[in-house]
Amino acid sequence: MRIWVPVDAAARALGADEVADAIRREAAARGIDIALTRNGTRGMVWLEPLVEIEIDGVRHGFGPVAPEDVPALLAGPAGHPLALGPVDDLPWMRAQTRLTFARVGIIDPLSVEEYQAHGGLAGLRAALAAPDRIVAEITDSGLRGRGGAGFPTGIKWATVARAAADRKYIVCNADEGDSGTFADRMLMEGDPLTLIEGMAIAGVAVGATQGYVYIRSEYPDAIRAMDSAIRIARGAGVLGASVLGSGRTFDMEVRVGAGAYVCGEETSLLNSLEGKRGVVRAKPPIPALEGFLGKPTVVNNVLSLATVPWIMANGAAAYAAHGIGRSRGTMPLQIAGNVRHGGLFEVAFGLSLGEIVTAIAGGTASGRPVKAVQVGGPLGAYFPPSLFDTPFGYEEFAGKDGLVGHAGVVVFDDTADMRALARFAMEFCAIESCGKCTPCRIGSTRGVETIDRIAAGDLEAVPVLTDLCNTMKWGSLCALGGFVPYPVLSALEHFPDDFTGRRVRVEAAE
Amino acid sequence: MTHAANTPTAPNSLTVSALDADALDRLNAIIARHAGREGPLLPILHDVQADFGLIPEAAQPIIGNALGMSRAEVYGVVSFYHDFRERPAGRHVLRLCRAEACQSMGADALADQVRAALGLDWHETTPDGRLTLEPVFCLGLCACAPAAQMGDRLMGRATAQRVVAMVGGAR
Ligand SMILES: Cc1cc2nc3c(=O)[nH]c(=O)nc-3n(C[C@H](O)[C@H](O)[C@H](O)COP(=O)(O)O)c2cc1C
Ligand code: SF4
Ligand code: FES
Repeated sequence: MRIWVPVDAAARALGADEVADAIRREAAARGIDIALTRNGTRGMVWLEPLVEIEIDGVRHGFGPVAPEDVPALLAGPAGHPLALGPVDDLPWMRAQTRLTFARVGIIDPLSVEEYQAHGGLAGLRAALAAPDRIVAEITDSGLRGRGGAGFPTGIKWATVARAAADRKYIVCNADEGDSGTFADRMLMEGDPLTLIEGMAIAGVAVGATQGYVYIRSEYPDAIRAMDSAIRIARGAGVLGASVLGSGRTFDMEVRVGAGAYVCGEETSLLNSLEGKRGVVRAKPPIPALEGFLGKPTVVNNVLSLATVPWIMANGAAAYAAHGIGRSRGTMPLQIAGNVRHGGLFEVAFGLSLGEIVTAIAGGTASGRPVKAVQVGGPLGAYFPPSLFDTPFGYEEFAGKDGLVGHAGVVVFDDTADMRALARFAMEFCAIESCGKCTPCRIGSTRGVETIDRIAAGDLEAVPVLTDLCNTMKWGSLCALGGFVPYPVLSALEHFPDDFTGRRVRVEAAE
Repeated sequence: MTHAANTPTAPNSLTVSALDADALDRLNAIIARHAGREGPLLPILHDVQADFGLIPEAAQPIIGNALGMSRAEVYGVVSFYHDFRERPAGRHVLRLCRAEACQSMGADALADQVRAALGLDWHETTPDGRLTLEPVFCLGLCACAPAAQMGDRLMGRATAQRVVAMVGGAR
């Protein structure tokens, strides 16, 4: 009997290890012969631990499973009350276009055999067959950086490819510090070989021989998975002196962050990799020309790099066929916070925010009305339901003073205190500021104080806060200080009562 | 995070007195393990902290000497990153997520209840050195918020009762 129990951190946080143990124990006690695979998550976190059992060649889902459910589950899976039917037929799965996440949740994350059986390495083989075509292919696909800034990946690669240097680097940004995001983590835990393949393709494309994956220390499971996968990829000849026997060299290793949000900013990350304080560097020079140790360096997000193998295997046109406007392809949405159905949902750009929150997330977990949605992490704006018709795309969100960012979608119900959330944004910026520029370093602390003044009923502090936000927007070197005004000002604009309501109510009562 | 910039740059003096011979051996072994790598400082500091439980002040000039950095530069790095400790933590570290997705599911109230139940505020350690409480900004468990972590144990949809029970089982 084939059984799958996810090893993903979210599944583990909901008891997957205990369920896997119970299954092994129960199978031994009943003398049932099982093959248990610890897979990645299918992304339906509200159903985790989601156990899958193969019945007549089809994977059936059961969830959420607790250890005490296991005896009945093994005795008679078919009629079990937690039975969900074939996993691939669930509405959440059917509605997706899984390109980057095609294998996540399906294969054993550390099996090269299963990886290849599900299309793995086809992209790298295609790349090695025509190395000169790689950059054009990625450019034509329309792929833009998934780490937040949305810069065209092909153009970045072309710059590094053209640069003459004795050594070049591929650096994968796996710092994923944004609240509400976990796609990088799920990919690294569920299909780490895809990221390795993408980095190897990048290396071949630009002539880089060494790669680093900089993973935040808050992700020990992902660090373990990537370390193992790199060892396995080396053993299989995917990495090393001659990638898949091509005569081209590419190898890589994991580096662990040290708990600084700003190290997700690419130049701060490079300083951190070099063993320095994670202070942001002024640009120019851009990392593509002078990056790690002063050498030309590609810095890309996990999702950008992990999408590359699919594009190389299926062609730029197939990828670009999805999406809207200048937002081509798919985006792995991360649906989080106060939602009924939280998890990972990969889909072409273009759904409206309202469809995502209502149809996919199923509204709030609390059953109360949605008050606000923060998209794009702690530097993203808070959108009220009146902006729910905004289509999910880079330009479309920017047009509403919002951010797609890394596509975290965090939902809040009507108990949310938007003033407290605005204060938190400023406080977070003050804690995480790298200290290089004054508007961010001092401004964020002033922002906290100013919001406290508003809370105390001083309405004259409102224009002070607006001015301060403008100073931070235009005077900050990077997007930490430069974007934190977006959550603050959007909260103020769309939910003024949360800031001034108390004062207004007091005055009305007098 | 920026106060270290004001520390005057002093020439490296080998004030190893605070490290005994065994500790010095362990430190040198860690340095030797990483010295040849590109950008060895963070890997060294992570290993030092894993071994010693903190970054001993006396270790910093030794690391600096090995890497051609001043002790002030090493200190600047140690003090920049939240992960590196200059004082030891408890035997167990409980981390509660305070970031937005967890807030949307009641992380603030959860933290208040846990702090009251444990008699600990953020960054504090129990008098018996058993437990330290720390905030964390996102564990990537935002679809099953609020989230908590203690060592290898992760907890989604955390409640005060379950967090306190998890902590109680840790000696
Ligand atoms: C404060 C700050 C934090 C950031 N954090 C991340 C991060 O965690 N992961 C990421 O990929 N990009 C992050 N970025 C964006 C990076 O600077 C950079 O744009 C990205 O790594 C480039 O890769 P991409 O083109 O594939 O997106 C951050 C930027 C800023 C300003
Ligand atoms: S905006 Fe803030 S984080 Fe960015 S460089 Fe300036 S001080 Fe550093
Ligand atoms: S916001 Fe708490 S785990 Fe992500």
